[in-house]
Amino acid sequence: MTVKVSSQERTGATVVALEGEINSTTSGGLQSQLLPFIGQGSVVLIDLTGISYISSAGLRTLLIVHRHAQQLDAEITLVGLSDEVSFVMSATGFLDFFRVAEDLDAELERAGR
Amino acid sequence: MSTQDIRERIDAFPTHRIGPYRVRAGRPLPYGATPVPGGVNFSVYSDGATSMSLVLFERGATQPSAELEFPPEFRIGSVYAMTVFGLDAENLEYGFRADGPFDPARGDRFDGVKVLSDPYARLISGREVWGREPDWDNVYHYRSQVLNDDFDWGGDRPLRIPAEDLVIYETHVRGFTRHPSSKVSAPGTYAGMREKIPYLRELGVNCLELLPVFEFDELDNPRTDPVTGERLYNYWGYNTVSFFAPKAGYAATGPFGMQADEFKSLVKELHKAGIEVVLDVVFNHTAEGNEQGPTISFRGLDNATYYMLTPRGEYYNFSGTGNTVNCNHPVVRDFVLSCLRHWVAEYHIDGFRFDLAAILDRAPDGTPLPNPPLLEQLAHDPILRHTKLIAEAWDAAGLYQVGNFPNYGRWSEWNGKYRDTVRRFVKGEPGLVGELATRMAGSPDLYQGRTSSASVNFITAHDGFTLADLVSYNDKHNEANGENNNDGASDNNSWNCGEEGPSALAHVRELRMRQMKNLLTILLTSQGIPMILAGDEVGRTQLGNNNTYCQDNELSWFDWGRVETNAELLDFSRKLIAFRHAHPVLRTSDHPTGTDRVGSGYPDVSWHGVGAWAPDWADHGRVLAMMRCGRHAKGGTVADDHVYVAVNAHWEAHDLELPALPDGQRWHLFADTGTAVHPVGGEPELKHPGRFHLGAHSAVVLVGRAAHPTTA
Repeated sequence: MTVKVSSQERTGATVVALEGEINSTTSGGLQSQLLPFIGQGSVVLIDLTGISYISSAGLRTLLIVHRHAQQLDAEITLVGLSDEVSFVMSATGFLDFFRVAEDLDAELERAGR
Repeated sequence: MSTQDIRERIDAFPTHRIGPYRVRAGRPLPYGATPVPGGVNFSVYSDGATSMSLVLFERGATQPSAELEFPPEFRIGSVYAMTVFGLDAENLEYGFRADGPFDPARGDRFDGVKVLSDPYARLISGREVWGREPDWDNVYHYRSQVLNDDFDWGGDRPLRIPAEDLVIYETHVRGFTRHPSSKVSAPGTYAGMREKIPYLRELGVNCLELLPVFEFDELDNPRTDPVTGERLYNYWGYNTVSFFAPKAGYAATGPFGMQADEFKSLVKELHKAGIEVVLDVVFNHTAEGNEQGPTISFRGLDNATYYMLTPRGEYYNFSGTGNTVNCNHPVVRDFVLSCLRHWVAEYHIDGFRFDLAAILDRAPDGTPLPNPPLLEQLAHDPILRHTKLIAEAWDAAGLYQVGNFPNYGRWSEWNGKYRDTVRRFVKGEPGLVGELATRMAGSPDLYQGRTSSASVNFITAHDGFTLADLVSYNDKHNEANGENNNDGASDNNSWNCGEEGPSALAHVRELRMRQMKNLLTILLTSQGIPMILAGDEVGRTQLGNNNTYCQDNELSWFDWGRVETNAELLDFSRKLIAFRHAHPVLRTSDHPTGTDRVGSGYPDVSWHGVGAWAPDWADHGRVLAMMRCGRHAKGGTVADDHVYVAVNAHWEAHDLELPALPDGQRWHLFADTGTAVHPVGGEPELKHPGRFHLGAHSAVVLVGRAAHPTTA
């Protein structure tokens, strides 16, 4: 089982859309798929609209990707969080580490400016 | 250069195979389950077992997926250790099966049928949703799980608030926000509590003391409410199942196995708000109870090590709960120490309050030790070095050590004598003026040679009446607990102010309000560490029930509607706490001597009665005033005003003669419990500088400082 990862280059940003469940089985593979998008100074929007569930291991993966991005002065923004994912991330403190945007288009416009 | 690839370690490769599992001899320390490269290291101690197995479950499965017996070469001393490779830690539940003799007379109670919980488990599943009825036929109820202790603390570091500057707020994770009026997104949880941090900040407390948060089973109470027939709970949680695991049922994310992160996030946010976290910990007994109780962990791993046993192998009961943990056995000492280190290192906990701590200084046969090794070890441990250690310095078998708990210069105590004296004085009992003065001065009779923060002053705590009930009931009303009102303390030193229970009479209600303010005033102006019971600042009631350990309902929960309906008391409490923070003279750590050590012309503390400099120590005296000279604040190292506190427990008003202040200074009114309270810094000057009319059953707090030039 894997998380489906698709990417699009947009003005000023890379949009990486994920689909599926991020759990202990899928998160290892996801991490190695996400890291190549993180370059020096890059701007990456991770679209979680297609994610139905993120387990503890999944949240840890996102945080590891975020920490990698910090090393490279890259910017990661999460978009499309479901209410449940958002709640779990908020209750456990994970949300505090991320930039979160409600709307992909508005965020792209911001990144493109 | 990057770090060397960790997989190059030789011990990252399996050496043995057990069925489909690849394993190798593990490391005996640390105990419990620890993620290591490629696998999980499991380690468990048992001296008397004849065989030991690791039992693995897929998360939630009723039957084990595998059982791996430890090969003989995986045992070092009496410790079984094995690394198992290729496990999915997130979906894993595990336990141990120890076989050995069942010979109670010799202390052994092995039971090869039972799957045992790991005493060092960092996570427990099986009770993730508070109060949800489990499948009682389940072969294994309290399932150990592997935790990645990898929380990102950011810049969090210990606040290290000096003990004497603390204002402790004692509360219950669930009860604090479970009431529907709390309006938080996840009522009754760590996350819910986090949403109430602004309230705590505004109240001004800087230390949150949480009733037990180690995993316990709220469903192990067999009683029901005699009237409604509803289930009664083990609501408070003084029945620990697992000492290293945070209670999952207190976490909104418990069903996702994320209770550790959620709790850590709460601690982190509290620290950001300047609030320390102290945990109420229960090392005197466990949820396994007496010989009738369930075999959960310790009993089946090494009964004779973990519990105090009589020469015939029966359980000693110094805790009143059936069993007593053998705290001064070297293996158990190590367990307690590791546990506390875990909570400090992994959860950034700032201190601990030890339930029935007198048991911690008993030898394995129950006799009190003059120099108990556990207490000494905790006092000097490098990881616990700056944590607060607070003892409930008594136990259920009559060992009462308030004032002489072995302290090693580190331990504080819940001062039960403070509670009793203040309650009795404010109630109006005669003969207490002298003792009240001693208590307000930090109880030097009990704690001479120690700092005054040895004394944790309190009037109410979870165990007993709330503040509102203390002034509304003469007697306990515990019928709902299903024990014919026989449970709970009977010596409450309470006074109902004229009518038992809720009253429609205005004069009764006014008197009660004043009495609550009087009690809070004494508490917040006494030397020592004040502790407030959550909800007392808004007059929380338990309808006279003084032992709500089993009441998971509105009797126990904080009703947030009171923040509005009892705004007067809340305002008073906030200002009083702010007053304490503003006046270091109240927070000096040395006991006052009644002498002038800094050449201010005033003693550090002086006592007064209706007449200035004329305290009335006689039996019939019911008025006491204390003046603290601001020049002595913190040993004369910081500047402060004079503070004068007078309490009148008499049913008649008195005209007090005030002590004269140095030239140019005037008395200003901070609070009169019968009339008004003013914001700190905004206290108006008294119209009559030399006297004060103090009403019946009232207290006054004055501050002496230079008259404001603009004051009319």
